[in-house]
Amino acid sequence: MGQIQLNQVTKSFGDVQVIPPLDLTIEDGEFTVFVGPSGCGKSTLLRLIAGLEDVSSGMISIDGADQTMTPPAKRGLAMVFQSYALYPHMSVRKNIAFPLRMAKMDQAEIDRRVEGAASVLNLADYLDRRPGQLSGGQRQRVAIGRAIVREPAAFLFDEPLSNLDAALRVGMRLEISELHKRLTTTMIYVTHDQVEAMTMADKIVVLHAGVIEQVGSPLELYRNPRNTFVAGFIGSPKMNLLEGPEAQKFNAKTIGIRPEHIGISADAGDWEGVVGVSEHLGSDTFFHVKCDAFEHPLTVRASGELTMSYGAKVFLTPDQAHLHRFDDQGLRLG
Amino acid sequence: MATQHSRSAARVMMAPAVILLLGWMLIPLTMTLYFSFKKYLPLRGGDLGWVGFDNYVRFVSSSAFWPSIQTTLIIVGGVLAITVSLGVLLAILLNQPMWGQGIVRILVIAPFFVMPTVSALVWKNMFMDPNYGLLAHLWKFFGATPVEWLSQASLPSIVMIVSWQWLPFATLILLTAIQSLDSEQLEAAEMDGAPPIKRFGFIVLPHLGRAITVVILIQTIFLLAIFAEIFVTTGGAFGTKTLSYLIFQRVLESQNIGLGSAGGVYAIILANIVAIFLMRIVGKNLDA
Ligand SMILES: Nc1ncnc2c1ncn2[C@@H]1O[C@H](COP(=O)(O)OP(=O)(O)OP(=O)(O)O)[C@@H](O)[C@H]1O
Ligand SMILES: [Mg+2]
Repeated sequence: MGQIQLNQVTKSFGDVQVIPPLDLTIEDGEFTVFVGPSGCGKSTLLRLIAGLEDVSSGMISIDGADQTMTPPAKRGLAMVFQSYALYPHMSVRKNIAFPLRMAKMDQAEIDRRVEGAASVLNLADYLDRRPGQLSGGQRQRVAIGRAIVREPAAFLFDEPLSNLDAALRVGMRLEISELHKRLTTTMIYVTHDQVEAMTMADKIVVLHAGVIEQVGSPLELYRNPRNTFVAGFIGSPKMNLLEGPEAQKFNAKTIGIRPEHIGISADAGDWEGVVGVSEHLGSDTFFHVKCDAFEHPLTVRASGELTMSYGAKVFLTPDQAHLHRFDDQGLRLG
Repeated sequence: MATQHSRSAARVMMAPAVILLLGWMLIPLTMTLYFSFKKYLPLRGGDLGWVGFDNYVRFVSSSAFWPSIQTTLIIVGGVLAITVSLGVLLAILLNQPMWGQGIVRILVIAPFFVMPTVSALVWKNMFMDPNYGLLAHLWKFFGATPVEWLSQASLPSIVMIVSWQWLPFATLILLTAIQSLDSEQLEAAEMDGAPPIKRFGFIVLPHLGRAITVVILIQTIFLLAIFAEIFVTTGGAFGTKTLSYLIFQRVLESQNIGLGSAGGVYAIILANIVAIFLMRIVGKNLDA
């Protein structure tokens, strides 16, 4: 079990309100990702749920019971920290066993659970090492091991992969997703990397300055961003957000069009422009095209076969079916 | 070529410092050894020739020798125990956010800047004096007979004075160590269900292990040689004669340089025994 509900939760540090009143429900077994730019309050929100910070007002309930005032240890949640926070003077085995030892579990059961976690996480060979003698990825796994042995109601991850190199990150991403499928325990995962959010989440919560901009499945957010912030934040490369007379033609302050929904042609099209830098990824090529109609260059995705030289004249045509329109407040139209 | 060159240049440049240091250490040491084999009484005939191990035998067989070793160890052990345990406590307190933190920290460090002689005098006259000392007033206030600290509880008094001087040092080193503790580790332990006492035992104390080792080693070196505090307060009476004080008496009061030098050599041996013991017990904290 692990349904978490936030009810009008706020948090202030001194006079600064970091989280304005916020409502959120995380269903049991869901993989929820908090995503947003740096400083938007993701960690703060997670720490509020964990109980490491006290809410300024509002209520947090876990499985229907009010836990607002419950100390962190009693909430039945396990947290994986960005710095891993392993205990440096204890062996991997003792690290993983620590929460069980604190719960005064008997030694046989502790051993069984530690061995179990170690085999799931491929740590069996390292149990007698100290954290200092492990690689970053292994440390990460120890931190996860320490969380799973407790069999918590929910896991909280605060940017667990940000200290790993790109290749390892992709690997660990899969491992965590796999772990979630196997354990089917609620997981809350904080990241500022929208690729992690898209690939792992059942539900994404987009935060901006402490405010929830949108909640939904990755594809929902990708297809129907509620406002320009979400539109610009979700998806890589970013959605092209265009203003000016061309946007007014669509009765909108801003129009948004993703790089893959723009056709590029050397002969004819709606918007004329000049090719800038091209980024060749092999499978795809991203062209940065400067159009006279818009202030900023547009990003256009084309097949990897297509080549266009720097400075070439091109025509762009947006796919009208995938065009997003936003009003003066940046909210989605229609 | 260049590296060989610079290496020899480095040697030449370092030579003065090394020679100075060596001279600084070796000359007194050699002189001590030299005199320890002589009968040398400056006021009663001067150099009276070689006597072999006579001085060593006489120094050990004197009735004051073993008690002085015992006193030395009690003082060192007592002060270490008090400064380390109170130091950990104070460091934890000072690490809490509080009003006036900067001033409090300076106040805590202050005793370290007071010269041993001065602090011993202050304690002796202002606190421990049985007639007009602060403690005497306190005792009288509660209707008790004032304690004559320096004669009735001479050893504990000296341990107290010396601890007061060394507590700031321990606190300071332990405070910097505690500040380097990753707060996420404590939070992780909190989430893992460790109450404050266990967080202290399992996280904070092991983290402080190395700093405690450093405090113990450095303090031991200095504490084995404390002198001013005893000289000023009891003058070695009431069972407060440490090894270094005994040597002082042999050399200056009995004017027997040979005997004192032999005592000095014993002091060196004692210091080394203690150092080896400490290294064995706590030294493993220093690696890894
Ligand atoms: N203890 C604190 N005291 C005062 N302000 C704080 C404190 N902790 C966080 N803040 C402020 O709260 C805001 C949100 O911080 P938070 O750490 O939650 O951001 P974040 O979304 O996790 O960012 P990042 O992606 O960089 O980790 C920031 O503006 C930060 O300055
Ligand atoms: Mg953060």
